[in-house]
Amino acid sequence: MTVKNIVEQGAPQARPASKKISWTWLGLTPFFIFTFLFLLYPASTLGVRSFQDSRTHVFTLKYVTQLLHDPYLLGAYWISIKISVITAVGGGIFGFLLAYSAIRGGLPRFMRSSLMTFCGVASNFAGVPLAFAFIALLSPSGELTKVLIALGFNPYHHGFTLYTFWGLSIVYMYFQFPLMVLIISPAIDGLRREWVEAAENLGASPAQYWRYVAFPILLPAILGAVVLLFGNSFGAFATAQALTGGQINLVTIVIGSQLRGDILSDPGLGYALALGMVVIMAFAIIARALLQQRTERWLR
Amino acid sequence: MNLTTVKKHGGKIWAWFWMILGILYFFLPLIATFLFSLRAKLNVLSFTAYQHVFNDSNFVYNFSYSVLWGVLTIIVGVLIFVPTAYLIRLKLPQFRIPVEFITMLPFVIPAIVYVFSLVRTFSQPPLLIVDSPVLLVAAYTVLSMPYMYSAIDTGLRAIDVRTLTEAGQSLGAGWGTILFRIILPNIRVAILSGAFLSFAIVIGELILAQYLVKPAFAPYMTYLIQQKAYEPAAMAIISFALTWAAMGVIQFIGRGSGGGEQSQIAGGH
Repeated sequence: MTVKNIVEQGAPQARPASKKISWTWLGLTPFFIFTFLFLLYPASTLGVRSFQDSRTHVFTLKYVTQLLHDPYLLGAYWISIKISVITAVGGGIFGFLLAYSAIRGGLPRFMRSSLMTFCGVASNFAGVPLAFAFIALLSPSGELTKVLIALGFNPYHHGFTLYTFWGLSIVYMYFQFPLMVLIISPAIDGLRREWVEAAENLGASPAQYWRYVAFPILLPAILGAVVLLFGNSFGAFATAQALTGGQINLVTIVIGSQLRGDILSDPGLGYALALGMVVIMAFAIIARALLQQRTERWLR
Repeated sequence: MNLTTVKKHGGKIWAWFWMILGILYFFLPLIATFLFSLRAKLNVLSFTAYQHVFNDSNFVYNFSYSVLWGVLTIIVGVLIFVPTAYLIRLKLPQFRIPVEFITMLPFVIPAIVYVFSLVRTFSQPPLLIVDSPVLLVAAYTVLSMPYMYSAIDTGLRAIDVRTLTEAGQSLGAGWGTILFRIILPNIRVAILSGAFLSFAIVIGELILAQYLVKPAFAPYMTYLIQQKAYEPAAMAIISFALTWAAMGVIQFIGRGSGGGEQSQIAGGH
């Protein structure tokens, strides 16, 4: 008899050792039931309906084909992507500069906490109230327009209107740059002060410090945040709808009109358009996840 | 000129420059809206529009419903996400990635698309609840999930979940007691920050209430913009002031307990 066997047969135990079956995972069932019922299942029907004829319910590729060939629909994607890229990059740069100024710019400490509060509010200040605020500011009879006209410069005589692409970009920036401040602040906090000193001791100029130390460290975080900003404006609907009344062909607005049942609308096409958005966002999120991994390696 | 002096002088001027630019961008639209809202009477500045808004029974009706939806959303969110995040942190780390993935999904699916998939799914038997407020609250909960969940998770990260749980267990506390009388009070700042963000989302959210045909603040304001000029401006200012007050409360409660600022940042994803 080997030692092992003796141990296994051993003295009778006081209690039979119960096989430990863990039931703790049951605690997650409310979460999974809830998200399956109200998120995963409805969202999955999206994929199905994109390949189903709205009337006959038979399998069809016509929506996807139409999507890939209709210049009007491709144009809608293009405008949405364009406005999202512009406001994500613009908001990203401005938000970064603002966050860096507040955290490392040598400003009074209260500036930082007020900035965070402002940004918490502003990043959620979207939709109808936001559109209205900019109408009050920059519409032809807006307050700032009046001031500018009094100063002898009428922006509406120089090709500016609030209700087109660039106007909408300016409005989107209002919720984009605060979001950037909120997301990027932890990464800026992660820049150690010793690194500046070390660089300086080794004779680096400020430009060299940024080029070779700070920028490479922050880059993945910045890019990751910009991807998030992209998604933030890509899915926006209410602001554009309220501001332009649906005149700008953003994908979300086209989807809205397809699904709402206007004339010439086809829900199947709306779902296919939505599926296209999800695909684009999925690419953006995957890119973000990859970049995030690189950031976190540095921020330990 | 070395780095430190650049930081002290040149850097500071730029820091102020960007800060002032940010403050202008932030406040100019609000000031304009405020000025506009004061113009309800010809040639005088007055609070007439605000009087109209507060005397308007439709405003009170719709706004109270928005507040109700907001409170229900927060309660449902806390009841579902606190136990989930707690269990994952304590016992089931292997579920972290799938659960976090699911909580981020509402970010990927545009709200306009989401609401239509809801209407389609729940307007046929056996799931005929499209007219029920249950669906609206569930949808709000889903929309605020990325914020709520990450705020709660950040809060849990800041406390020692394991020690608190074991201390509770050795004093004979059951799971309910541990969750709601030990863990919950310890992450109240994080929950508050998630709660206020959820509240802000519910108040500002237009599409869900509009397409599920329920009384709420944002659809009413959209309707009013087509009818009137000054009252919507006053309403925008009121909704903004309320959101800001909520954020101020987060900061105030978060002060001293440390995690406040942090959890707000996490909420802002």
